[in-house]
Amino acid sequence: MDPLILARLQFALTTVYHFFFVPLTLGLSVLVAVMETIYVRTGNETYKRMTKFWGKLFLINFAMGVVTGIVQEFQFGMNWSEYSRFVGDIFGAPLAIEATLAFFLESTFLGVWIFGWDRLSKGLHATVFWLVAIGSNISALWILIANSFMQQPVGFEPAAGGGVVMTDFFALLGNPNVWLMFPHTLFSGFATAAFFIMGISAYHLLRKNEPEVFRRSFQLAAIVGVIATFLVALNGHAQAQHMVQIQPMKMATAEALWESEDPASFSLITIGDMKNRKDVFAIRLPRMLSLLSYNRLDGEVKGINNLQAEYEATYGPGNYVPPAIIPYWTFRLMVGSGFAMIAISLFALFFMVRGGKYEKYARVLKWLPYGMALPYLANSTGWILTEVGRYPWVVFGLVKLEDGVSPFSIVTPAMLWISLIGYVVIYSVLIVATIYLMRKFAKAGPAATDVAPKAGKA
Amino acid sequence: MDLNSLWFILIAVLYIGFFVLEGFDFGVGMLLPFLGKNDNERRAVINTIGPHWDGNEVWLLTAGGATFAAFPHWYATLFSGFYLPLFLLLMGLILRGVAFEFRSKDDNPTWRAAWDWAIFIGSALPALLLGVAFANIVRGLPINADMQYTGGFFYLLNWYGLLGGVTAVVTFLLHGAIFLSMKTTANVMERAQLAAKRIFPVAAVITLAMLISTYLATDLIERLGINPGIVPLAAMVAFLLAGYFTFRKMNGWAFTMTAVNIAFTMVTVFIILFPRVMISTTDPAFSLTIYNASSSQYTLTVMTIVALIFVPIVLVYQGWSYWVFRKRVEAKPEQLTY
Repeated sequence: MDPLILARLQFALTTVYHFFFVPLTLGLSVLVAVMETIYVRTGNETYKRMTKFWGKLFLINFAMGVVTGIVQEFQFGMNWSEYSRFVGDIFGAPLAIEATLAFFLESTFLGVWIFGWDRLSKGLHATVFWLVAIGSNISALWILIANSFMQQPVGFEPAAGGGVVMTDFFALLGNPNVWLMFPHTLFSGFATAAFFIMGISAYHLLRKNEPEVFRRSFQLAAIVGVIATFLVALNGHAQAQHMVQIQPMKMATAEALWESEDPASFSLITIGDMKNRKDVFAIRLPRMLSLLSYNRLDGEVKGINNLQAEYEATYGPGNYVPPAIIPYWTFRLMVGSGFAMIAISLFALFFMVRGGKYEKYARVLKWLPYGMALPYLANSTGWILTEVGRYPWVVFGLVKLEDGVSPFSIVTPAMLWISLIGYVVIYSVLIVATIYLMRKFAKAGPAATDVAPKAGKA
Repeated sequence: MDLNSLWFILIAVLYIGFFVLEGFDFGVGMLLPFLGKNDNERRAVINTIGPHWDGNEVWLLTAGGATFAAFPHWYATLFSGFYLPLFLLLMGLILRGVAFEFRSKDDNPTWRAAWDWAIFIGSALPALLLGVAFANIVRGLPINADMQYTGGFFYLLNWYGLLGGVTAVVTFLLHGAIFLSMKTTANVMERAQLAAKRIFPVAAVITLAMLISTYLATDLIERLGINPGIVPLAAMVAFLLAGYFTFRKMNGWAFTMTAVNIAFTMVTVFIILFPRVMISTTDPAFSLTIYNASSSQYTLTVMTIVALIFVPIVLVYQGWSYWVFRKRVEAKPEQLTY
């Protein structure tokens, strides 16, 4: 197999796996902090039990996010050393700042929180968890500042000896792409946490288990869910419009738009012939893509063939077309899951407003635990779209994949195989353990987290 | 002093912080299967580092990030060159981190025993690999004119590198045993003290061997003469004092001394290197230095401002976290969290 494919596959695998755990950390950290704050303010023991119950599930998830995140910090140098040399002057800074500002904060204070229930005052203990939540969310900001440079490079100039150097740190921070991606990621995190809480709460409500805890949890999650899913969608729309401007090829492949159109049509479904770049079968809604791109019924959206020609003229010969099937379908899965989530959140809110009579709505509520899969699908496909759609660039317009990967004479194909297989094996084992623990504690409910872990038998 | 030198020092500080802090929790992890004779005792051992191990590990991540930001070529050459050792290091750290969190969340003895061994392997393997890596870094590596490491995996397993790995393992075992003597009670404390006494003579022999080998295997004499200056001597003195205090059961002092020993050993490593960051044995001219491997002055300036503001804040709150958990940990289930 082409070693470049191996290196890319490994990055994709480790990153998607890492991001499986991150959004829940982002959203749930804030929601647990809110629960603990309500407990401190009101003295209501139900909120303490909620904090402990959701906090336990948070910890299981957080551990996986942390350990898979270590790989992320290392693999730019390990697998993408030439990329690291080329953009290190710019890309290293946000990573180092992320570690200094965010990793220390979340890791140190999470340790204090876990072990500090009896050692800190109530108010201080809740404050400590807010610091964890802030640390996690700041971490997302800095890594997105780094990623946004790859999507839309700003604040740099070519260096004398090759590569690029930073000329304006604040341009990196103010990169318009950051301020579209960061909210999108945050709201997705809240939506993920909301669906997580709603799914597990619905499971218990239907079994009449601890209705007080789970009614309040469900309430909080339903409100957060509606707000977050709407904001993700609105923000996603703005992001798509930005994408048409900065990376039109990503939109063209996500829409299977072979030739430029004005007004441009939106693909409802396309089965394409990628080799010859034409439709085999397609249903398209006229003018809709122009509407989505520009908020009006006309306006040119560039097509794959036109962009390929344009890029060849600018950057020289080569293939500038991402494997369209991936952006096309991930885009649809992401948006589809997003709309399903909006609908489910609205139902959840309606159900709460109508008094939360779970017997009456049991037939619908019993599906909510399965709804927990939707944000995971949307989060993963969203990132795959973002990253695969940038093909063939590591940094758009500056570094191509083959120029960024570590030299195959140094990191040999054998090494790539070893590490790829190693990650697959260890991640598979760990996901089994994680799901086992998550199910166990989620099903057991707050009774299991009211007490410390049981003594072992040995 | 220029910014390049400042960042060299800052990265040295990050590695020192990492080895002093994670050093004892690696040691605790390696000692876990041997010092805890029943589940409560093993939990007590884990709980001594429970609140801290994750914060300690961030020192390594920050060192990696800072290397990337300040010396991208160092980061690129080192991380791609040491591909397999770093991959194994990651596997160890992944296992270990999850193990701490998952271990006591189920009471099945097989489950717990499996995670205990994961903690053992996840502590021993990174300690060994980091020792091998740093020994090879001071010894020098085949690096070509394009700043690429050309030695392959097995080149790293030379006698000096392996001795470095063993030195790291015994140093952290001693550091961890003394830490446990300080932080536990009753049977566990006694076993930890006994372990420290038994490890010390072994560590003494290996450390001496490492010291002599360093004269032979590196360009230390060439650059600094037979008298290496006060820092390595201070490291040796601290090491001997650690032994003295261990036998006198003055655990707090012994711990301070192993910490000083580790810190001064790492300072020595960075003194031997300076101003190089990766020594080329192919041709000294191919070595990476703090100048040819660095970021631009602009980036270094930005990073300096960030570091000067935030590193002191980190030190304060991480110090506070140790203060919060200053008490000894008893092997009583009602007092244990993990």
